[in-house]
Amino acid sequence: MNDVANRNQLAYIAAQASDARVNVEFESEGMTLNLGPQHPATHGTLRVIVKLDGERVLRADPMMGYMHRGYEKLAEVRTYPQVTTLVNRIDWLGSFANEVPFILAAEQLMEVEAPPRAQWIRTILFELSRIANVILFLGDMGVQLGAVTPVFFAFRDREFVLNQIEAVTGGRFHPNFDRIGGLKDDLPKGWIEETTGVLDRIRTFCDEMEDLVTGNEIFQARTRGIGVIPAEVGLAYGLSGANIRASGVDWDLRRDGGVGLVHDQVDWKVWTHPDGDSFARYWVRLQEVREACGIIEQLLGGIPSGPVMAKVPRIIKVPAGEAYVETENPLGVMGYYVVSKGDLVPFRVKIRSASFNNISITPWVLEGTYVPDVVSILASLYFILGDIDR
Amino acid sequence: MSSPDTGLEEVSEGSEPASDAARDAIVATLAEQLGEGLVASEVLAGTDVWVRVTADSWLEAATVLRDRCGMAYFNFLSAIDWMPSPFGRDMDAQVDLSGEDPEVDPEPMAWGVTGGSTRFQMLARVHDPVGHIGVTLKADLDSDDPRIDSWIPSYPGADWHEREAWEMFGITIVGHPNLVNLYLPSQFEGNPLRKDYPLLARRVKPWPGIVDVELMPGDGDEPDDDGDGS
Repeated sequence: MNDVANRNQLAYIAAQASDARVNVEFESEGMTLNLGPQHPATHGTLRVIVKLDGERVLRADPMMGYMHRGYEKLAEVRTYPQVTTLVNRIDWLGSFANEVPFILAAEQLMEVEAPPRAQWIRTILFELSRIANVILFLGDMGVQLGAVTPVFFAFRDREFVLNQIEAVTGGRFHPNFDRIGGLKDDLPKGWIEETTGVLDRIRTFCDEMEDLVTGNEIFQARTRGIGVIPAEVGLAYGLSGANIRASGVDWDLRRDGGVGLVHDQVDWKVWTHPDGDSFARYWVRLQEVREACGIIEQLLGGIPSGPVMAKVPRIIKVPAGEAYVETENPLGVMGYYVVSKGDLVPFRVKIRSASFNNISITPWVLEGTYVPDVVSILASLYFILGDIDR
Repeated sequence: MSSPDTGLEEVSEGSEPASDAARDAIVATLAEQLGEGLVASEVLAGTDVWVRVTADSWLEAATVLRDRCGMAYFNFLSAIDWMPSPFGRDMDAQVDLSGEDPEVDPEPMAWGVTGGSTRFQMLARVHDPVGHIGVTLKADLDSDDPRIDSWIPSYPGADWHEREAWEMFGITIVGHPNLVNLYLPSQFEGNPLRKDYPLLARRVKPWPGIVDVELMPGDGDEPDDDGDGS
């Protein structure tokens, strides 16, 4: 009996040793894999250079700059109202949300406050752009892992949201609707009823996703326990939005000290997930879309009457000063540090975009994972190239 | 805190004394820990706090904020070039300046909140995800050879931000393990976000959006308008 146990033990050690030898051989060869710049899994032109040992990632280096447009430099030669046209193009899936923190920063420097009606409509459009942005993620997450159907559902239903944004702003992708002191225009007639209908569609979409994706065994196997980011690491890297809430950090700027928007007027919940893996990031976003529907629905019922534009000079000179305003955008915390010298143009605009920080964790999180998981992790971190490169 | 109302009530109404005490406490902690390293600070009641430290205590300030003030969250890191643009202020001009000599009399340098003494200033922000307070840090750098310690030991997320500051402003980050271009091609010359780096597009062609700052019809002098004459 004892002999058998010993023999088994020896066989095990031998197997380990031979495995180890095989690993050493693989390591000596090594392999460099280029993911991107044109790769279906990269939403744009992120290029990740992955050094592999067999299937294992030894080191991953994202290469950016294929879409760097230099907005920080360009903003220095644009007047304040012109800057919104630029920043619209940072996160192009949720454009309106990009304008809001910049306008709020300018308003803070000018000590102007938008009228209540403008604040409410701003918040509604802000949340609509969140839906437009995040439901594409929900569909895309499936397609990255081999399920093609969800992305069609996402594009189908996103169209209704874009139609609503277009009906108000005139632009599907780049609304350029937010103004210092309020909004360009009021809501069109009948918009509120239509939007309520759209929200029902989005809720149905969320249920479909729940049925189709969340419980799917393959999806679970490829996301559960993959790419775990502990809360303290995520914080030190500056992760934000659903990425950090999926690591159990209960922090949402819409609730915690956000300025200028009226999320405090409605009843809603910040969702977190304790796991910090790819699945958690997907799940939190799914809940956030549902929550956004609830926020919009409540806001639609109580839009105050009044003007949508405060009294501001037509030629806007922003008093000298510095302001940093951040909001909880679809991709995470987005902020603008605006330095003004009292001119028509900002002296310096530092754009703190969510994806830049969110993706800066990739070398850390991809190390030691396996090639198929790279796609799952990158997809679940959810970045927009324009939001990284700016 | 599942009910958002209570959370925001605190911030918007009972906030002023409470959060100011918190912000003052941060400044006090920094003053105690850094001593001479803390140059200036400014607290904007209920809104924000800025501190300016010496370049030597840059990393120490980060460590103090992280370990003693609960600033676990790294927000961003960048820099400001306070030199007024030597190319004049195109946007203020009502006429096209592109044909003229771009060298104009430079204005005197002026600094923003918490002041300054040199051309380059580091700019960084950290956040407390529990107390919901953010701190903006600044540090004056040497004008000829701007260099500063890396924040990576305190906040690993500073890595890419420092590479960006390095390529865009030419600030040497001491102790950074991988100081290579992030956005720009590796052979790129110059530091684009410095004020003396010309925006070439603007030099060869006036910005068409310049009409936005001209007076509109009926707003003072009407520009010569010979009718639409199509």
